[in-house]
Amino acid sequence: MTAFFQSEFFYNYRRSSSAMIGSALMAFFALAVLLGPFIVAQDPYDIAALNLMDSYKPPVWLEGGDPQFWLGTDGQGRDVWASILYGARISLFIGLVAMVASCVIGTLLGLIAGFYGGIVDSVIMRIADIQLSFPSILIALFLMSAVGTGIDKVLIALTAVGWVVYARTVRGSTLSEIEKEYVQAAKVAGLPNHKIIRKHVLPNVLTPLIVIATIQVGTFVLIEASLSFLGVGVPITQPSLGLLIKNGFDVLFSGLWWTSVFPGVAIMMLVFGINLFGDFLRDELNPRLK
Amino acid sequence: MMRDTVKQKLLEVRNLRTHFHTFAGTVKAVNGVSFDIAAGEVMGLVGESGGGKSVVGFSILGLIDSPGKIEGGEILLDGEDLVRAGEARLREIRGRDISMVFQDPMTSLNPLHSVGRQMDEVLRLHSDLDAKARHMACVEMLESVGISRAAERLKAYPHQFSGGMRQRVVIAIALLARPRLIIADEPTTALDVTIQSQILKLMRRQIAEKGASMILVTHDLAVVSEMADHITVLYCGNVVERGRTRELIEAPAHPYTRGLIDSIPDLSNRHERLKQIPGTVPDIRNLPRGCNFRDRCPRAEAICAEIEPDLVPQRGSLSAACHFPLSPGDTA
Amino acid sequence: MTDAPAPMLDVRNLEMHFSLGGSVLDRLRFGKKGPRIDKPVVRAVNGVNFTIERGEIMALVGESGCGKSTVAKTIARIYKPTGGELRIDGEDVAEHDFAQMLPVRAKMQMIFQDPYASLNPRQKVRDIVAEPLLQQTKTTAERREVPKKIEALLAKVGLNAEHAGRYPHQFSGGQRQRIGIARALSVTPGLIVADEPVSALDVSIQAQILNLMKDLRDEFGLAYLFISHDLSVVHHIADKIGVMYLGFMVENAPRDVLFLRPRHPYTRALLSAAPSIKENRDKEEIELTGEVPSALSLPSGCCFRTRCPFAWDRCAAERPALRDVGDGQTVACHLIDEPERDVA
Repeated sequence: MTAFFQSEFFYNYRRSSSAMIGSALMAFFALAVLLGPFIVAQDPYDIAALNLMDSYKPPVWLEGGDPQFWLGTDGQGRDVWASILYGARISLFIGLVAMVASCVIGTLLGLIAGFYGGIVDSVIMRIADIQLSFPSILIALFLMSAVGTGIDKVLIALTAVGWVVYARTVRGSTLSEIEKEYVQAAKVAGLPNHKIIRKHVLPNVLTPLIVIATIQVGTFVLIEASLSFLGVGVPITQPSLGLLIKNGFDVLFSGLWWTSVFPGVAIMMLVFGINLFGDFLRDELNPRLK
Repeated sequence: MMRDTVKQKLLEVRNLRTHFHTFAGTVKAVNGVSFDIAAGEVMGLVGESGGGKSVVGFSILGLIDSPGKIEGGEILLDGEDLVRAGEARLREIRGRDISMVFQDPMTSLNPLHSVGRQMDEVLRLHSDLDAKARHMACVEMLESVGISRAAERLKAYPHQFSGGMRQRVVIAIALLARPRLIIADEPTTALDVTIQSQILKLMRRQIAEKGASMILVTHDLAVVSEMADHITVLYCGNVVERGRTRELIEAPAHPYTRGLIDSIPDLSNRHERLKQIPGTVPDIRNLPRGCNFRDRCPRAEAICAEIEPDLVPQRGSLSAACHFPLSPGDTA
Repeated sequence: MTDAPAPMLDVRNLEMHFSLGGSVLDRLRFGKKGPRIDKPVVRAVNGVNFTIERGEIMALVGESGCGKSTVAKTIARIYKPTGGELRIDGEDVAEHDFAQMLPVRAKMQMIFQDPYASLNPRQKVRDIVAEPLLQQTKTTAERREVPKKIEALLAKVGLNAEHAGRYPHQFSGGQRQRIGIARALSVTPGLIVADEPVSALDVSIQAQILNLMKDLRDEFGLAYLFISHDLSVVHHIADKIGVMYLGFMVENAPRDVLFLRPRHPYTRALLSAAPSIKENRDKEEIELTGEVPSALSLPSGCCFRTRCPFAWDRCAAERPALRDVGDGQTVACHLIDEPERDVA
């Protein structure tokens, strides 16, 4: 542990204000997500706790505001602040799970394509190219018309598009690692191919993935928000931040802006924080040419 | 006895110190290096990797970037101190008065521009010739470095040349503006030995014809013994020995030089075991007190751990930084 | 007459050709007779023959593109040879599959050129050194012995036990080569293929590693196939030397014979080009002209004729065979038959 705090990574981290702001934002959301249910009095999705008399209360600093609901309420009397915390949970859950699934699938395919080459490589890469020409929206639409909406359908749509970047990156790294002599030494030592991939190639291609994965969480949160905004994302019973924006959108122009704008600000801060930290990671993990 | 005519000093380096301030400590890559070069001379700068020799070359040209910085000393080119010269003045000097040949010809040539264009650029910057005259000068220079069908080859791109040919192009570019000093940093290390032999002969010819001086930076003592008039030996950022080539090679005064020469497997060496210098080069961020070489030196005594020896004249043309220098005939 | 043991390594007509990839569309060409699909082949190794006895050090020298590294990797079965026989301790392994090769891997290991790329940066030293041995151990009892063996090996190459838990980036180039040597020794092989093991090291470290390799040969009776481009290194360590050019072996002789009486023009050019620290060494001056031809299209007849100062029409018409000229020396050159053409 002390080694980490004395490392060059931490030294540069302390000197980078963007990294610290970025990780502060991320930490805020992580805490909000973990502790949310315990710090808000109201569970916005428990119908019994709602009171229609509380509907459309403005934020506390405006006229008519109620200190119990500091960011205001929506049309059903739901506390906007509580909704954001619950919504962030769902957004982040989707972002993280889709990222992990994309990473695992993409890495596996990339390793196989790079290591074995030949026709296996061509097939995998052509599938990747085809995959990229389908925007996730199209896939989500297709799934919705076939099997309906749901978080799992969103996850499938995101993963179907998200694995490609990992496969491409890992394939490139694999191609360069297998030329290196330590891989040849493993062959001479008598290791079978699957062990070479697992013990030698895989650990050495992981580094660039850290940056990709970090930033992809942010990207997925945004894509999911778009999908939900268009109505092909999460169901109403599990509103993510994107769906919250949509729900508030209908009344946006009647002056009841807080139900849409605050979730929007929340998404923006979350993704901004992730990107700031991701940029810092990218510069740090880049092998420096000295 | 040969009498050296007093030659005009082209370059004088006095007590150069170039340090790099990194996270892990200050690397004193060049820590008090001094030497002179007269016009028309070749000086060999030898030492092991990490010994600071490339940094000397870059310091002379003012190419040291952060976190590195020239902390002190003087680099006098015909009396003008380059350390204190501004970037504008250095830009005038680079390519015209001093040029550099790097080790890897592929990265020192721009792969996106034709060879002719890169050569032309040097002349446009540093001469007053018009386009036609520049073209003729380029053709002539390419031919003189041994590239046939020069006019045609000017239109080719670097990747269309083999390694040896590319290095010839790099040398041609370095010579174009008729510099007075060429810094060649391991110019033939990446090349096959038959190509290396051709390139070295070429460089010797060009230097003799044009009266230029050269600093040949390398770890290869054999190459330097065939090319250089005098040699400066670096160890961990300090000059440990200096002198005329044959004297230094045949009877060095510093134990490190002796060790280097003995560890070279040479075709006329009949030893069964190569004499090796024990131990490893010390961590340059954490140099030992006293003489840097003392942990590996067979002659080290107590004083070597206390006081760093100064570079003092020994015998003939040799100067060495050692408390117990070798006499001729000593085998360390 | 007693049955002499088989040589440790016996290579006959070894051939290694690589077909350059690229999809079919990349290779489509339109010639005079209509479209065709090019099948470019790099002929890296073209019929090489030699043997190495137990405890012998044979060097393969030549410049870049001569195929010596490919020979080394083919012998180590990183590549599968496209032709010829490859006998390790009497057994022809040219066609062996993975399972058949595994026991052979206990007899032959390899040391590599680049101390920075030949060790997995994410593995600890003890795991790196143990890897070949672990592939050969089957029982738990054997596996329990491994850590002790590793410790002994590290000591043998001049490292100590506390180095075992560190990572490669914490070591210098020379130390990393020692780790590579310890790894190769872990299975107590009879043959070590060393691909330019000291080329990337500083001169003073080179000496240490060369001395170590010699000591190990004396202690364990190892045979080495030592690949190098540096004639002076080879002079120091080799018992016999093979000279390669464009995938062919052009000369093969015991060390002193080769340096004293080189017969092939390429060998003579190599010796002439090598810089030496001693003044006025007896040097024959042979300067080569032109560039090395590509291995994609070898010259007809003798592969060296495009740069040879002595070439004449026979050299283009007929490829010279490797012939015995006495004292254990073999040469592939037509000058043997017509020595009067050998004028400077």
